[in-house]
Amino acid sequence: MLVGITILLVFQLIGEVAAYFLGGFVPGPVIGMAMIAVVLKLTGGVKTLEPAHQRTLETSRSILANLGILFVPAGVGIIQHLDLIRDRGFALLAIVLLSTVITLTVTVWVFILVKRLSGGYADE
Amino acid sequence: MNSALWVYLATSPLLWLTGTLVVWLAATAIASLRPGNPLLNPIMLTIAVIAIVLCLAGIDYKTYFEGAQFIHFLLGPATVALGIPLYEKLSLVKSNLVPMLAALIAGSLTAVGATVFFAHLFGFSSSVVASLAPKSTTAAVAMAISSGLNGDPALTAAVVVLTGICGAIIVTPMMNAMRIKDYSARGFAVGLASHGIGTARAYSVDPVAGLFSGIAMGLNAVLTSLIVHLFL
Repeated sequence: MLVGITILLVFQLIGEVAAYFLGGFVPGPVIGMAMIAVVLKLTGGVKTLEPAHQRTLETSRSILANLGILFVPAGVGIIQHLDLIRDRGFALLAIVLLSTVITLTVTVWVFILVKRLSGGYADE
Repeated sequence: MNSALWVYLATSPLLWLTGTLVVWLAATAIASLRPGNPLLNPIMLTIAVIAIVLCLAGIDYKTYFEGAQFIHFLLGPATVALGIPLYEKLSLVKSNLVPMLAALIAGSLTAVGATVFFAHLFGFSSSVVASLAPKSTTAAVAMAISSGLNGDPALTAAVVVLTGICGAIIVTPMMNAMRIKDYSARGFAVGLASHGIGTARAYSVDPVAGLFSGIAMGLNAVLTSLIVHLFL
């Protein structure tokens, strides 16, 4: 657990440094996510790194299995906006609901149609 | 209850950290009783219970966050951890590269465009419109974009979570109704529209959906910060 979390934090730290130099429009953890995938791929066959690989995979699995709780602290921040919710809650909810339905629909159909056109379903 | 003890505990990080964990475990236990019911979303249940308790007890958000920040902090390493399924399923990702990029561009433009359109339609001020525009991206990025556009980052954070919960609840019934069986497409859509909360939902439905959801979340964070200026 300690080895795994340390490796994740090191990649986040590298990502934050890279984000700083890129002007901050790509979030540090996202850069860290891409980098850890690349480094795992490059070091995949190295025997001495095998235990570290295993620890990282185990720690990541247990974090991703409990991903939802990480959004609770930010979500509870809704209590700072009770007046806006009281006055404009219905309109806010309508905007969120409509735009989310439209975005999900457009995204999933563009994905499926382009995959079909490029022969991605040929083997099914 | 001994009121001096309550005052002592209510202002300590321990109570709210432990409280968040306990409510979350109870909420996931309740949600697992009916795994097919997306309305029993453990994130929504937990936020609702804690928000009600804080309001009834008269505890402000700052006090709560002093305890909850230890959980909040793990969002960073958890995002890095999404690189592991990416590594494990790299060939699956590669074979879907073209549809992913097309869906990313179309979805990202739609997410910001539809939000800005409806926010204007409902007569919100330009500051609120700017706060809502990046709401499909992950909280940290959305807040940075919002403050760059003279929005209100705290409002953005709340709307980001609302968008995440909304997508997590409607995605499964919607995709089933449209008879979409490709879990890479379903996951990609929910990650793009509803960031990490959508990704948490996707992982609980299907590992491939979770993988593509996490990728979509990362890519959309980057693209939204580039295209949001087209709409404002």
